Amino acid sequence: MDWLLHPESTGQKFALMVIAILLFVVVMGVVLFGIDRIKRAPVWLVVTGFLGPTLLFVAFGLVYPGIRTIRTSFYDAKGTAFVGLDNYVTAFTDEGFQTVLRNTVLWVVIVPLAATFIGLVYAVLIDRTRFESFAKTLIFLPMAISLVGASIIWKFVYEFRPDIGNIQQIGLLNQLLVWLGLPPQQFLLNQPWNTLFLIAVMVWIQAGFAMTVLSAAIKAIPDDIVEAARLDGLHGVGMFRFITVPSIRPALIVVVTTIAMATLKVFDIVRTMTGGNFNTSVVAYEFYTQSFRAQNAGIGAALAVILFVLVIPIVVYNVRQLRLAEEIR
Amino acid sequence: MNSRKRRGYAAAAATGASLALVLTACSGGDNDGGSEASASTDCAAYEQYGDLSGKEVSVYTSIVDPESKQQTDSYKPFEECTGATIKYEGSREFEAQLPVRLQAGNAPDIAYIPQPGFLKSIVADYPDVVVPAPQAVQDNAKEYYTQSWIDYGSVDGTLYATPLGANVKSFVWYSPSAFEENGYEIPKTWDDLMTLTDKIAADHPEAKPWCAGIESGDATGWPATDWLEDVVLRTAGPEVYDQWVNHEIPFNDPQILSALQTVGGILKNDKYVNGGLGDVKTIATTPWNEAANGIPDGTCYLHRAANFYQANWDPDLKVAEDGDVYAFYLPGKTEDDKPLLGGGEFVTAFADRPEVAAFQAFLSSPEWANEKAKVTGQGWFSANSGLDPSLLQNPLDKLSFDLLTDDSYTFRFDGSDQMPGAVGADAFWKQMTAWIGEDQSDEKTLDNIEAAWPAS
Repeated sequence: MDWLLHPESTGQKFALMVIAILLFVVVMGVVLFGIDRIKRAPVWLVVTGFLGPTLLFVAFGLVYPGIRTIRTSFYDAKGTAFVGLDNYVTAFTDEGFQTVLRNTVLWVVIVPLAATFIGLVYAVLIDRTRFESFAKTLIFLPMAISLVGASIIWKFVYEFRPDIGNIQQIGLLNQLLVWLGLPPQQFLLNQPWNTLFLIAVMVWIQAGFAMTVLSAAIKAIPDDIVEAARLDGLHGVGMFRFITVPSIRPALIVVVTTIAMATLKVFDIVRTMTGGNFNTSVVAYEFYTQSFRAQNAGIGAALAVILFVLVIPIVVYNVRQLRLAEEIR
Repeated sequence: MNSRKRRGYAAAAATGASLALVLTACSGGDNDGGSEASASTDCAAYEQYGDLSGKEVSVYTSIVDPESKQQTDSYKPFEECTGATIKYEGSREFEAQLPVRLQAGNAPDIAYIPQPGFLKSIVADYPDVVVPAPQAVQDNAKEYYTQSWIDYGSVDGTLYATPLGANVKSFVWYSPSAFEENGYEIPKTWDDLMTLTDKIAADHPEAKPWCAGIESGDATGWPATDWLEDVVLRTAGPEVYDQWVNHEIPFNDPQILSALQTVGGILKNDKYVNGGLGDVKTIATTPWNEAANGIPDGTCYLHRAANFYQANWDPDLKVAEDGDVYAFYLPGKTEDDKPLLGGGEFVTAFADRPEVAAFQAFLSSPEWANEKAKVTGQGWFSANSGLDPSLLQNPLDKLSFDLLTDDSYTFRFDGSDQMPGAVGADAFWKQMTAWIGEDQSDEKTLDNIEAAWPAS
């Protein structure tokens, strides 16, 4: 029965898959059957049954590594000598790391606001028009593309070729510039604009998410409110400002905070498009390069902890808003 | 780093490749354990390894598809004759994952480490896991490798690993036909090279003498570090180079500064670069594996790159001295001054079982080198002097092999691969990229790298 552990042919793999599924069905069946037989399960059993696995996974997958990372951040590159706050001092005073932190702030401020604003305006504009579903699909499609895929697409858009001889532009944006009679630009190289061009990619991806959630929220605004407002003489911008936005406020907050959290973790775009060069690196990328490429576990962990601390207020705010929304209901 | 250098748009392919890796890993067990030796293989040379039927050796490396196929093919005679099974696993995240595996007690039997610096830090950090080279490997090393290769595989005088493959970086690619048309000669000294550069610049105002590109995904900058290393070897000499690499002199030593200025004389000179690609800064965003496309197109004439650049040429181009593109040795200060920059992977063992020792000995033997040369079409050679040059099918491979085994050339291993990771795989790349892409000054570039050198 060696093939059970080391399946080699396709047939064996399929057989293994079927066996695994059967095993799952049998185990689940026994569990369900057993639950039915026990008339009054003690509370502790129910509680451990439901919470136990979750707690176990959280403890091993999140809490333990988290504590390890915090501990590592107080040690040197090899994790052997205690250095106190040195790694944090470096992270906040070194010129290179300051740029990284500045970029991260730029990302976290610009992406959620821009993506949410674009998504909201778009959702309002296409609401109840004839092309609604088509228009939604258009802006939602980038969501389905992986970040690396999107980065490669945009890298081509930004591609630079010199404007000499018979050399043809292959980047869309530079071709447009050349058609307008302007010199082609090295979008990924020229600071400080290059960070903004990277941010555009994230906005392009996240606007679809914002649009979808906000569009659903707009549709959920009760018709009587809208009608009442209309009778009171509200139209266009006034309606948007005083009825739509206040009504979907909880959804707006969820969208902004969710995108902000995704943005804090941005890694793929920077790695794919510039490799963190030309002052475009962000915390999530830098902590990877420091930990695994430069083999400097201390600084890497310190950056990870900084990232963690930065996420906390957003999460807290998000949870509090969710609670408030539930209380109102 | 070698594996990074070869990968080009690694990030793009990474997902697909890792899937492919999983699939290869699954299908890796297809060999039947090789109990019967096939008639085609002569097993006499393998008798020394004994009968290893049913034994397994796991190999962990940064060499992935398609080159991994040639690797596994070259192990077949060993598997057939000894009965051992080689479990091959390639990973693009090799450098990051190997320490993790060692720390977790999940060490592979054998790993191919492409950087002597990495080997050194592994020996220092995991002295109980890494196994010094067994006697058979030591004997092979003495017989078939030059002393400098043995030194790069040793830590504190103990031999740990022998090189697997090798590469030569001191090459300048050119177009033989363009040289012939214009009556250009292959330069014999550095001054000749600069005279030729000026001549090309004067003769061809529409083109540029040099083209260059250092973009390589998250490893962007490494080709520029090779440039500086090659020039340090030429302007300061191999002794200073060794001191610099081992940090016996500071990274920003005046001799290194003058070497960087020499490199800047070419790479930061708008009159000399960047043929068909734009201004100096385009070097930072031009993919290293496309940079020399201007040579067949006639927009540039010279491109300094390693022998493995030949994999990036359009397959229609003939790589030969009388073909479309070829490479000449990047000359030294004088004709007698012949430093040679190169690299390779080191076969390191993490288990002392007899079958592991046998396989490690096999990989250091001429039998393996010849077998590998047979199954590899082109673009591979070894520093093993027992390698039969007639098996190398490509003229550049043959030239590289000749340079490597010629005693008049002073071989030095790629410096960034010997430096600690914080410098060799991070600061050195990044600062050289900033030096070109952000026009950072020579002094600041070297000062920043010096500051990144880890204490102790």
